[in-house]
Amino acid sequence: MASTTQEQKQSVVILFAGDSGDGIQLTGSQFTTAAALYGNDISTFPNFPAEIRAPQGTLAGVSGFQVHFGSVAIHSPGDACDVLVVMNAAALKANLRQLRQGGTIIVNTDGFDPKNLKLAKYPDGVNPLHDNSLDRYRVIEIDVTKLTRTALTGSGMGTKETDRSKNMFVLGFVCWMYNRSLDSINDFLREQFRKRPELVEANTKVLMAGYHYGDTIEQPMTRYEVKAATLTPGTYRSITGNQGIALGLIAAAKKSGLTLFYGTYPITPASDILHELSKHKNFGVKTYQAEDEIAGITAAIGASFGGNLGVTASSGPGIALKTEAIGLATMLELPLVIVNVQRGGPSTGLPTKTEQADLLQALYGRNGECPVPVIASSTPSDCFDVAFEATRIAIEHMTPVFLLSDGYIANGSEPWKFPQASDLKPIQVRFAKNDLQPGEKFLPYKRDEKLVRQWAIPGTKGLEHRVGGLEKEKDTGNISYDPENHEYMVKIRAERIARIADYIPEQQLDSGPEKGKVLVLGWGSTYGSIKTALIELRSEGIDAAHAHVRYLYPFPKNLGELVKRYDYVLVPEINNGQLVKLIREQFMVDAVALNKIKGVPFTTTELSEAVKALFNK
Amino acid sequence: METTVQSPETPKLSAKDLVTDQEVRWCPGCGDYSILKQVQTVLPELGLKREEIVFISGIGCSSRFPYYMETFGMHSIHGRATAVASGLKATRPELSVWIITGDGDSLSIGGNHLIHLLRRNLDVNVLLFNNEIYGLTKGQYSPTSPVGQVTKSTPMGSLDHPFNPLALCLGASGTFIARSMDRDPVHLRTMLTRANAHKGTSLLEIYQNCNVFNDGAFEVFTEKASKKMETVFLEQGKPLVFGENADKGIRLDGFTPRVVNLADYSANELWIHDENDLGKATLLVRFFDDPKQEGHLPRPFGVFYEEKRNCYEDDLAAQIAQAIAEKGEGDLDALIRGRNVWTIA
Repeated sequence: MASTTQEQKQSVVILFAGDSGDGIQLTGSQFTTAAALYGNDISTFPNFPAEIRAPQGTLAGVSGFQVHFGSVAIHSPGDACDVLVVMNAAALKANLRQLRQGGTIIVNTDGFDPKNLKLAKYPDGVNPLHDNSLDRYRVIEIDVTKLTRTALTGSGMGTKETDRSKNMFVLGFVCWMYNRSLDSINDFLREQFRKRPELVEANTKVLMAGYHYGDTIEQPMTRYEVKAATLTPGTYRSITGNQGIALGLIAAAKKSGLTLFYGTYPITPASDILHELSKHKNFGVKTYQAEDEIAGITAAIGASFGGNLGVTASSGPGIALKTEAIGLATMLELPLVIVNVQRGGPSTGLPTKTEQADLLQALYGRNGECPVPVIASSTPSDCFDVAFEATRIAIEHMTPVFLLSDGYIANGSEPWKFPQASDLKPIQVRFAKNDLQPGEKFLPYKRDEKLVRQWAIPGTKGLEHRVGGLEKEKDTGNISYDPENHEYMVKIRAERIARIADYIPEQQLDSGPEKGKVLVLGWGSTYGSIKTALIELRSEGIDAAHAHVRYLYPFPKNLGELVKRYDYVLVPEINNGQLVKLIREQFMVDAVALNKIKGVPFTTTELSEAVKALFNK
Repeated sequence: METTVQSPETPKLSAKDLVTDQEVRWCPGCGDYSILKQVQTVLPELGLKREEIVFISGIGCSSRFPYYMETFGMHSIHGRATAVASGLKATRPELSVWIITGDGDSLSIGGNHLIHLLRRNLDVNVLLFNNEIYGLTKGQYSPTSPVGQVTKSTPMGSLDHPFNPLALCLGASGTFIARSMDRDPVHLRTMLTRANAHKGTSLLEIYQNCNVFNDGAFEVFTEKASKKMETVFLEQGKPLVFGENADKGIRLDGFTPRVVNLADYSANELWIHDENDLGKATLLVRFFDDPKQEGHLPRPFGVFYEEKRNCYEDDLAAQIAQAIAEKGEGDLDALIRGRNVWTIA
């Protein structure tokens, strides 16, 4: 056995990459769980192709899962990776530029046969494992296929089935390298294959073989220790953004006493919310997979009309289809939560890649004057809070509410110091009661001090009334084409949404000075990258402020005053400049746009360079 | 749809309890007036509580209907009444939900939702006002207009082959398929009562005259002079008989329906109507000949088909009950906590 050394690390970024059929997402997420349970802070970034099974071995079929874990606070999946695990030649070719200088490559040599090299479009006769092109890196070559087959000799399983466990070998090896326990993975395997004990046995065997391989490898090896992070004391779990939204919605339903009705149509990257919600029918959750996007939202409107919590979710193209119905919900003044897990657009765009380009769609993408509150989640765990908050606004203000998430935080995960149910504030639901005097008519569009109308649901005797998409007469809700009334109603609908600003918190700074040279003003999933960049800059003596906007419409009341306290306001967005337009237009501030539209998050370097440039002005 | 009978102490509704203070704004002479009247007449007989009745419509002339009904109501958006109603019924199964839609609303822009409602079989009533024209947009051809129809948008005649609405709905696994007409109040009231009594989606097509843009589209079926010759009224267990003096009948020759003279055949040799026979219903909905065509079959009215099948909302509730029985009532703390947690001291 060759010598093994031990080394300590503060944080490590591993990128698992392979064919989309190689089980990369599972490998990555299982390693993440092991690291999280150990107590590391984590952030993950799954990056996979839109095709379910793109042709095997090709560049198009490469699936990746990046995990950043550490003993220090982690806010982003990391710019470059320290370790690149590649199951085949295409995975190496597609991801090598993500590896830092001197990084480690763990290679499945079987994935570098002439066929795989050709599929990865390496020139004839070129094999990157043999041409010294990887000299700048430390390469650990393992014939994973052969070792997996050896481990399963005598199991009675066919080669095809045996080869499916290859990812477990790699996972076992990486766990050895980073001193991670296999317990949670073994638990997962037992649960996953509980009906097929032979698969539990095979996979745990291969996992163990991978782990022990580290001890026997004929190559000097280093094992790393990444100690538990000094997170705020408390109990944690790991959560993805889509899980966060699902749990937040259930919590809000429970805290409002309403039945959650989720009308939706499958679409990437929002479908996991449906999958999660459909598992929790014992909470009375009614999930409804509609025939199309329009039916998803209109069924949710029907449910809300009946006194339930109507929710719909989609991604950009599906939201476009729901547009007319959002207008209807605005006219009906009924609670409705509309989740948009944004992806690259326009049209079908980049289904599995992230983007923040639907902000203006959420604010303005309807016919007529049709204001709808818009709030955005910034991290996977924040999705829980924001889903709860979106529901609160929808119910307490009787309005559709947009919740913007995106593909990056939807699939990414982080540790979550979760709340107790008793920490969550109840959401007030006040169904209208019949307290009419004899001869008095019910006025469905009469408003309270918040300009909110009553929620009078079918079944309430004496409150029978009609609603609809035609313009309504003030108070009565009857159809009205009166010009004065229309202008009045347009203004009242605008005002009642604007007044929500009185019921949301003021904008806080996330970090940095109260006033000064540069404010980085972000929204949504750029939170982690901005935070990481500013921490790094502070260690270089550059202190920029960071504010992250959750409430995008209406804005917090102090936002205009806040942005004016800085010489420069930098607005980084994964789009071509949307929030920056709103800031300029509303506050007459010459905000500076920083845009990236590549389907992937900002790197900290990109952000810190932009901040430095403003400091040097 | 089926609804429970109200408790005896509730005073019985009258038709005028269902009239709103809103002025009815259909064109004078429109067939919609008759349908509104029959609905307002029938509802009090059904033993429903007014506050538990909901009318949901899409867009079009007929879709103004909810404004004239003193019940809960929603005038939604074009084609989507069926979808809105599905969400309502799925969450409030105790309500009596009525969908008001037209041929454009339900068969063109809302065609998708209609077929999916039928296959899911939510316990609601669909009143499909078919006038074979777009009225509210002032006279374009609809998906039920016959080929060659000259309208504002088809000056040289319509090219589109029309839908046969009942064949479509039966094909979409509808569990109650019926047809009536605005000009036969007694029959219409009977059909409304039957639709209400059916547990599942009741699809009632109502031939409705648009006297402004498509006057007389159904007059061969509705007018005295031709009605007896051109229509056959379906009654359970009765032979299919029609004609000026009830002297003609329909006889099945293999799978082919043929018109015969009762002089040549006795009643028990004729096609005996059986609402529960899907095979017969499949043929019956195809009685859709152009009345101008030589040797055509009469157009049937009545209940073509009725089937007992589970309703979506009941199965949904059953799944929830099952989940609660198996896992217990949802515990929010356990849900938020999940399966894998770790503690930082």
